[in-house]
Amino acid sequence: MIILKSETIEKIDKLVPRYPTVRSAALPLCHLVQEDQGYLSNESIEWIAERLELQPINIQELVTFYPMLRTKPTGEYHVRVCRTLPCALSGAYQTCRSFEKEFECKVGHTSKDGKVTLEFVECHADCGKGPVVMVGEDEYTDIDPEKAAGMAAKIKSGELSNGL
Amino acid sequence: MSHQETRLIFKHIDEEGYTNDIDCYVKNGGYDQLKKAVTMQPEDICAEVLTSGVRGRGGAGFPAGMKWKFLDRKSGKPIYLICNADESEPGTFKDRQIIHQDPHQLIEGMICAAFAIQAKLAFIYVRGEFFEGYKILERAIEEAREKNFLGDNILGTGYSCDIIVHRGAGAYICGEETGLIESLEGFRANPRIKPPYFPAALGAYQCPTIVNNVETLCDVKHIIEMGGEGFAKIGTPGNTGTRIWCVSGHVQKPGYYEFACADITLGQLIYDVCGGLKPGRKLKAVIPGGSSSKILRADERFTGKLKDGTEYDWGIEDIPMDFDSLMAVGSMSGSGGVIVMDDTTDMVEALANINYFYAHESCGQCTPCREGVPWMRKVTQRMVDGEAREEDADLLKSIADQIAGRTICAFGEAASWPVQSFIAKFKDEFVEKAQEQAARRKEGKETAEATTLI
Repeated sequence: MIILKSETIEKIDKLVPRYPTVRSAALPLCHLVQEDQGYLSNESIEWIAERLELQPINIQELVTFYPMLRTKPTGEYHVRVCRTLPCALSGAYQTCRSFEKEFECKVGHTSKDGKVTLEFVECHADCGKGPVVMVGEDEYTDIDPEKAAGMAAKIKSGELSNGL
Repeated sequence: MSHQETRLIFKHIDEEGYTNDIDCYVKNGGYDQLKKAVTMQPEDICAEVLTSGVRGRGGAGFPAGMKWKFLDRKSGKPIYLICNADESEPGTFKDRQIIHQDPHQLIEGMICAAFAIQAKLAFIYVRGEFFEGYKILERAIEEAREKNFLGDNILGTGYSCDIIVHRGAGAYICGEETGLIESLEGFRANPRIKPPYFPAALGAYQCPTIVNNVETLCDVKHIIEMGGEGFAKIGTPGNTGTRIWCVSGHVQKPGYYEFACADITLGQLIYDVCGGLKPGRKLKAVIPGGSSSKILRADERFTGKLKDGTEYDWGIEDIPMDFDSLMAVGSMSGSGGVIVMDDTTDMVEALANINYFYAHESCGQCTPCREGVPWMRKVTQRMVDGEAREEDADLLKSIADQIAGRTICAFGEAASWPVQSFIAKFKDEFVEKAQEQAARRKEGKETAEATTLI
């Protein structure tokens, strides 16, 4: 069984009755449990299903559909680089290569020391300030390869907020 | 034509000292239109919105008043209002500004709209990546509730309405209104087929539902303020109100700029407003309405007849920025995302980038899209990887032609239009790519070149 923080439980208990159907609360609960646990384990999925009187597959099918839901924990820092066209036109791929070099980690993977998970993501709707990078829940804009190297240094030293 | 912005929705965006809390909003006349709206008859508000001619700002450009008119009010079922804040069309970043900097404008517009359609429960479906935006909206709703602009017995009128902020989780397809509804109901966001599932008749929880974009709902507030006729004076007939153009890519000053419809041409937007291109670069192409819209080539001539019969003969820079003009030149104003590309852009790479996006985002429900879009991605990826074939351009077009029009939702078109238009306008570059690689292969050289866009 998973153990959730009391504030998570409180949020869940407040949220579920607001919806016309309990199933509507499925995606919000996935978010809340993921924020609490860092990722959605099988146990978490079963817990959400039981809370909403659904079958685990009803939650599992959401987890496999929605890109932001994950079944594995990320590194301490979760670095997401937007690679969609407007950001790419501003140099997002070069930005990502700079991160790869600094973290010694290929995009789509977690660094060996478990510090950083580096991912490509699709458009984050801030295309006027590309390349856009997110660290945890914090957004950074206009990140050219040089700035990326600076951010990477601060991540390695633990100076940068992990955005959570 | 003037180059002065008409800031209606973005009046306070980036204004010094303007904060996103309710006190600042009220100080600037906020919620006055709600106070006015609740003294009106709901059907009169709907009539004003119809008169205003406001067209949906989310992409399709369907008249919002007409959408409201289709609402099934006789079913006896509850009516829902949904704000589509799943802003995710590549190149679009206007709703983000409203949510972050002026959330009460959206909330006021929503309550006015909810009152007009007599919805008792409304949702803001906000994309999951807007972590901060979600918190801002939640706080703004609490503030509005405390002041009785929202919740039970709003302003003592006996009318009650609540707003739930519902977070998405990274799926582009949730921007499609029926996919959004599926997602809201706790399912995978597989769009529903229309008919019968027109949300106005069978929407959320199989009840009549109106889904409007953030900007459209903000417009409702201004329609109440100016009246439908007053609003319709902005812009041109059939293209009323303002549009927020989000300009990205190879311009000196990317950003968001609000103009009355047709008040500015594409050329003025790029060269005068956005400071033109980088020194020494030339314009190559523009995607005018988000990545799904068809690309325009810089040296094209656009000729034909507009809906009202006037003949036009435009270069790319002469195209007036409004719904009908962009449609006339074979593209669309879509969600207002203008992506500018200069002469350093490799069109095969650009299309490979776009195809990667759509292949990632196909929901997988319809076979032509689920199989076809990743196939197109594979072809363009192979081309940039050094294995381009001269016949690839025709192959890509043939796949795209077999997707568009054969899917449940418009994603099939959204994914096909870029391919069809890139091939129609830049086929030479696709063929040359193959020829260059063949030549390098003959010389015993590496066929692939370093890429920048994929």
